[in-house]
Amino acid sequence: MPKLIKDGQLVQDDAWQVIDDEQDIQDYSIISLPRWQENKEALLTHAQAGKLGVWIDSHENVDLIGDDSSSFTLIAVNFPVFTDGRGYSTARLLRERYTYQGEIRAIGDVLVDQLHNLQRVGFDSYLMREDQELEDVLRFFKPFSNPYQADVRETKPLFRRRDKAVS
Amino acid sequence: MYVYDEHDEKLLQERVAQFTDQMQRFIDGKLSETDFLPLRLQNGLYRQRYAPMYRIAVPYGMMTSVRLRKLAHVARKYDKGVAHVTTRQNFQLNWPIFEEVPKIFAELAEVGMHSIQTSGNVVRNTTTDEYAGVLAEEVTDPRPYAEIIRQWSTFHPEFSFLPRKFKICINADPDVDRAALTVNDIGINIRRNEKGEIGYRIYVGGGLGRTPIVGVVINEFVPEEDLLTYISAILRVYNQFGRRDNKFKARIKILVKALKIERFKELVELEWERIRDTEDKLTKEEINRIKRHFTEPDYLDLEDGPIELQNARLDNPDFARWLDKNVREHKRSGYAIVTMPLKETGLTPGDITSEQLEALADIAEEYSFGETRNTHQQNMVLADVEQRKLFELWQKLKPLGLAIPNLDLLTDVICCSGGDYCALANAKSIPVAEAIQARFDDLDYLHDLGPIDFNISGCMNACGHHHIANIGILGVDKKGEEFYQIALGGKQGFDAQIAKILGPSVSRDEVTDVVAKILDFYVDKRIEGESFIDAYYRIGHDAFKGAVYA
Repeated sequence: MPKLIKDGQLVQDDAWQVIDDEQDIQDYSIISLPRWQENKEALLTHAQAGKLGVWIDSHENVDLIGDDSSSFTLIAVNFPVFTDGRGYSTARLLRERYTYQGEIRAIGDVLVDQLHNLQRVGFDSYLMREDQELEDVLRFFKPFSNPYQADVRETKPLFRRRDKAVS
Repeated sequence: MYVYDEHDEKLLQERVAQFTDQMQRFIDGKLSETDFLPLRLQNGLYRQRYAPMYRIAVPYGMMTSVRLRKLAHVARKYDKGVAHVTTRQNFQLNWPIFEEVPKIFAELAEVGMHSIQTSGNVVRNTTTDEYAGVLAEEVTDPRPYAEIIRQWSTFHPEFSFLPRKFKICINADPDVDRAALTVNDIGINIRRNEKGEIGYRIYVGGGLGRTPIVGVVINEFVPEEDLLTYISAILRVYNQFGRRDNKFKARIKILVKALKIERFKELVELEWERIRDTEDKLTKEEINRIKRHFTEPDYLDLEDGPIELQNARLDNPDFARWLDKNVREHKRSGYAIVTMPLKETGLTPGDITSEQLEALADIAEEYSFGETRNTHQQNMVLADVEQRKLFELWQKLKPLGLAIPNLDLLTDVICCSGGDYCALANAKSIPVAEAIQARFDDLDYLHDLGPIDFNISGCMNACGHHHIANIGILGVDKKGEEFYQIALGGKQGFDAQIAKILGPSVSRDEVTDVVAKILDFYVDKRIEGESFIDAYYRIGHDAFKGAVYA
């Protein structure tokens, strides 16, 4: 059973599936970025209907999907290893540079200790690595009640709200 | 000195809880060694050759008496009663027990100390000029800006898994760079433009390690409020495009070199334009709020060169020598800046014991408003001493081994921990420092030689900054044996230079003889008043090479 967390909950019945480039595309398939780029025109309606997702690998720059992002309701960002931090910039730029409104899903080497930063840069669902224990997982989302920086969720840095910030 | 409010305090307590939990999960087998590794590194906990090492942050090098006492206490309780000053103005404990480190962190946090981001592929401790705030030449005190960077970089959500570690330093002295601006990933020189406005000249892509590169200017004047947006733009470009396939090519210097500075600047400034006017733009209110924490202490109205000082100088040549070497001018009349080299022969350069720390805490309270500083040369500073009390202070520092008059001399060695501690080292470095200090122990000779930057690294990672030393020693491994490569002509500062290798490496026993030959040649060839480094550049590398390897 895949371990998916979405909107702060464990989800059992999620239809989205990452598929290989050789597999046939079905409803709720998540395809690779090169496959999207090569078949954009044929796949556009499918994507716009909210039934096709795309995944971006860590070495693929966010500008490669760019404004196409608005055609999707789900974009997955892959972490080949959890120490590869490019995906954090990818998600943040999807939100801030391309004002992408749909779901951003972290896939690959996703560990509970990353959840806090991932949600801060704009992720909202997390396909956790197989071995992760998810009992009491929600506590990992907010180890810090009031971080210093602005992020996708809190658009003002602490220095602009220090007086008002409730700790 | 920045004082934490409830928010800073809470963040620190939350970090202690987070790290304590991570360590417990590791002990319980719920977190593997691999998964725990970056988490513990981001809390300053390493595994070294023989024992763990715990690196404690000292933001921009500033310590207080309260913190010195706490450090003395934890060093005694959890370690062997010794702390070590690093080249990033931090402290290290070299023999803690791995599982106990969260407890040390919790004790440190009681006085606002921590070990956040002292390691790992994150933005590290922002360093600055050790004389910040007490120099007449300074454009402004750089420490408030270092504190602004500290807050911005702490637990940054986007930049917590960079390709490699990231080092930022900042100064505000237009003429002298004591912060190593051009050998950091980002170096920030605070300056004023023609209109008198504060801004920053920003250097990027400098670094030592196995590919030493002197950083270049990416922007001559970034306006004051744009500090965080500009460095965020640099970090964002680096995070996306820095190499991750090879650890040794992952620093920003390699990216800048590969793209060339013009292209790198284009990418950064395109990004900067996009984020420049976001909420991250600094406000005057915030800059002033932070600056209020760094106001001047209650200086007295005193005259320069008081009679007590003049008499003591005349009566006591040892004191006079210390004054000339270790004491420098303060922006305020009647005050002085005192540097305490931690370079006693026979002791590891940069080491300070719990007893010394406690004594120093008392001394700082009595003579320097309860504050001390760490320097990147692995020394400590009392920055606000009344000139009329210098003799009294000297008498108290002397028995503690804190008044050795060798600042900037040959024996004021920068030295990494080397093969005695470090798992990466190819060779030991501490015994080389000791051998040099033992051989050249005649103070008259050392003073006659004048200033010489002498640095030792135990491997090419260059933690001992050997590349920017006038005489730099690098430990190398030759078929399992320790050898030492000697290089000359390195310089720190705005006109930083990378030292050039002199010739084939030598065994440890031979290092001091080679150094002696180099020094003899210099003494023989120098013209009146010429420093070692000036003589080297006048006479030339090959002449020195010939003299040593003839």
